[in-house]
Amino acid sequence: MSASTTTVELAERAPENQLLEVSLGPQHPSTHGVFRMDVALDGETVVKLKPVFGYLHRNHEKIAEKCSYLGSMPYTDRLDYICSLTNNWAYALTVEKLAGLVAPERAEYIRVILSELTRLINHSALAGFLLQDMGALGTPLMYAFREREKILDLFESLTGARMMCNYMRFGGCRCDLPPGWIEQARSLVAEFPKFLDEFEALLTGNEILLARTEGVGVLPAKLAVNAGVTGPMLRASGVNYDIRKVDAYGVYGRFKFRVPLGERGDVFDRYMLRILEMRESLKILDQAMRDLPGGPIMDPKAKLRNLRPKPGEAYGRIEGPKGELGFYLISDGGPNPYRYRVRPPSLINLTILEDMCLGQTIADAVVILGSVDIVLGEVDR
Amino acid sequence: MSGLDQIFVGIGHGLAGWAPASVRPLVAAVLEIAGIMAVFGSCFALTTIVERKVLGRMQNRYGPNRVGPCGLLQPLADGIKMLTKEDIVPFSADKTVHFLAPLALTVPVWLAFAVLPFGRNMSAIELNSGILFFFAIGSASELAVFMAGWSSQNKYSLVGAMRAIAQMISYEVPLVLSTVPVLMLAGSLSLNDIVAAQGTYTFGGLARWNVFTPWGLAGLLLFLIAATAESNRSPFDLPEGESEIIAGFLTEYSGFKYALFFLGEYLGLFALTGLAVTLFLGGWHAPFQWLEWAPSWLWFGIKFGALIFLFIWVRATLPRLRLDQLLNFSWRFLTPLSLINLLVAAAWYWTGAWKSAAAPPVRWLLCAALIALPYHWLGQALRGASPPPRKYNYAE
Amino acid sequence: MNGAGIIKGMIETARNFAGSYHDSKRLTTVQYPEEKLAPVENARTIPFLVYDGGDAMPGLRCTACMICEKECPPQCIYIVKDQVKKPDFVGKMQMQPKVFDIDISVCMSCGICVEVCPFDAIKMDQVFELSTNDRFGGLLLNKTQLAKPNEYFNKLHKTEASEIDARRIEEKQKAEAAAAAKAAAPKPPAAPGGAK
Repeated sequence: MSASTTTVELAERAPENQLLEVSLGPQHPSTHGVFRMDVALDGETVVKLKPVFGYLHRNHEKIAEKCSYLGSMPYTDRLDYICSLTNNWAYALTVEKLAGLVAPERAEYIRVILSELTRLINHSALAGFLLQDMGALGTPLMYAFREREKILDLFESLTGARMMCNYMRFGGCRCDLPPGWIEQARSLVAEFPKFLDEFEALLTGNEILLARTEGVGVLPAKLAVNAGVTGPMLRASGVNYDIRKVDAYGVYGRFKFRVPLGERGDVFDRYMLRILEMRESLKILDQAMRDLPGGPIMDPKAKLRNLRPKPGEAYGRIEGPKGELGFYLISDGGPNPYRYRVRPPSLINLTILEDMCLGQTIADAVVILGSVDIVLGEVDR
Repeated sequence: MSGLDQIFVGIGHGLAGWAPASVRPLVAAVLEIAGIMAVFGSCFALTTIVERKVLGRMQNRYGPNRVGPCGLLQPLADGIKMLTKEDIVPFSADKTVHFLAPLALTVPVWLAFAVLPFGRNMSAIELNSGILFFFAIGSASELAVFMAGWSSQNKYSLVGAMRAIAQMISYEVPLVLSTVPVLMLAGSLSLNDIVAAQGTYTFGGLARWNVFTPWGLAGLLLFLIAATAESNRSPFDLPEGESEIIAGFLTEYSGFKYALFFLGEYLGLFALTGLAVTLFLGGWHAPFQWLEWAPSWLWFGIKFGALIFLFIWVRATLPRLRLDQLLNFSWRFLTPLSLINLLVAAAWYWTGAWKSAAAPPVRWLLCAALIALPYHWLGQALRGASPPPRKYNYAE
Repeated sequence: MNGAGIIKGMIETARNFAGSYHDSKRLTTVQYPEEKLAPVENARTIPFLVYDGGDAMPGLRCTACMICEKECPPQCIYIVKDQVKKPDFVGKMQMQPKVFDIDISVCMSCGICVEVCPFDAIKMDQVFELSTNDRFGGLLLNKTQLAKPNEYFNKLHKTEASEIDARRIEEKQKAEAAAAAKAAAPKPPAAPGGAK
């Protein structure tokens, strides 16, 4: 509601035929994938902004109706291709709800460890890309990716692939931790705060960064809640909603960690929130690796092939690094789901882009888009 | 010692001596031009590869290292690539202006090298108003940016060119103003005189470079910031590095003309660096008296290289400023500071008459305070009423 | 002080610059192809078929049960059963594939075919230098191209291969013991009144 009055106000500044219409086309220098913004500018100010996506639509939901439940698992890797393990977990959670399977404790702890490592790689990639969009020529990006590589090496030695991990199964995990993995993970977690300190020294007091991000792209809390925004974007606006605390899925209820909340909801808050969330993830990782129990990693009732859950529906959601990632499955008793729907956090966070960008300059629009943290694989599925 | 120091002068005179006396000045001039173009042309090539390697090292990676040993033949490969690209001129572009724009950028910048003293007796022309000539010629090259944007008949190019012009004009003011204290205290517009004025030594054999005074230090920093902006380098590279509206005024250029634009831009950087070395860092003088045995052009080269490294270092670290922030920075921070720097230089001059032994530290403190306090206040004013530092609440 | 953040940032960059000359953590490039990263045991790129012994086709473990073809998510495996059977490692007669094609341009490297195979016949390879000039057939690997010996499997995935080998030796011993027990069992008494 408040968005449409702002649009009218700004459009009164210049008649329609004097606005400069720019299409920040599907190929543009600041990355984030194939995404287009049709922007109408009055001088330098954004008056209208229409996001156009769908360039990466790959029929994921339709393919899932043809594949078996297990066969969809590698496709979920490719949804939000930076955080493949959290996508796997959300899907596995939903199928476990549908089929009535319970994962053993060791599997749940391993899931938490991998999910928090995924949060680390996502947030460091985001910090790097945000600075890249602002013109910092790749230096923070290289530092962030240097740390990311270590975590990706861990993933490779456990799951076999760096990005498309395909590791969670219905009722547990695919294979157990190889010897030496936990020690390697522990040493990585011990060194990570040093990288975060270096990163903050490089950037957080930087006057240019502050000038470009403070007060830019403010998202009021009420608007965020009304638009269905979730994840770090919502928490940066000050709303306390973290599904790890609300649902306490898996074994998250056993860990002590805090949820950082922002004050003003601008780009700097979103950037800073992700850095703070990384620090909290390190705490969770410490606790999980300390308390990791032994035991089996698959539910004995679980079947690999030919899983036919009883007819019904289930909605499973997790706190992904980008927001609430949910899967909605309807089963009709057959080996394939009847309906398979993904709730993509990037897409739903993107719907509020116009309201955040109105009245800002075009240079800011790029930075605001960077702070929303979209991955086109998830937006378009 | 003086043989090595004057080696280039000697070679020049020797070669010119072969020519008949009537054309000897012309031949001497041609030799000087050829020398400057050879040195700074190869400096340009070297800088492109050194910049990429230094940027790479700062980003935890190697720079280009495949072409030639350590990648040193990379500029050759880049040159071949640029020269063999198709030269596309838009159909509706203004062809003459489109063709002339890269030339209009490069030629004035070459002219600016004529007055810089690269070593003892090594400036191509000895003008009484060398620095005036330098700034006049440097401003002429800004017209080329607008010629490029206008002739492309492309609304994005035009917008980019207008932004570039706004940026370059805004930063001309602090650029020139920051050099005025040097002129005042050296009492001359001639660059050779300014270098000579920095040629005396004080206690410990430390040279009396202008940078070792409060106004000189402030002046050097202001000059370097303005020079970064004048050369469209990061963090002021909005005209060329726009991640928003294409490539600005360079959109419609390809091939050799594009290479000429980059040549002009880097040469502008070299000219400004050379001027900074001359005005503030003592030109071709050694830092300590006991180092005077090294050739003067070597000292010039070392200081020049250090400043270029500084520019590359800044480029690797800082993100880009937005246009309105950039212009605010120039008009509301740099220009007042450079005006205040004039007062500080004046205060330094008048307190130079003090005779007591405690005079030097007191002078320093006084002049430093005179520049540091406005720096602080202007900075506060620029950042606006700074909001209270952010607190992040944590929910359990 | 204004500008303190910028100076801190520049110190950080300078530290990385200086560190890149003596600290390998600050210069993490691996210059492929001169330097290669060490292979990781669990890594997976495309599948391959395992055979025992020296001869690829008789030693293939695959029995053309079609499970991997059915479970493969992008359906890149194409199997045609052979009419001729062949004995497996315990001597039992099993079917074999006449055609076993994998289109590796379609393969997702998910490893589901490996998980569901009941005979340890298909495993994940780690080769990635697979580019070819042949756009059409170059990336369609057939049975012969996919077959690799058990020694290669042991080299790639040591832990898994040694477990499988130990299990197969045990099964073989059990099968031989059962066959020996059956051969040594007393013959049933002759039917009275001669053959019917």
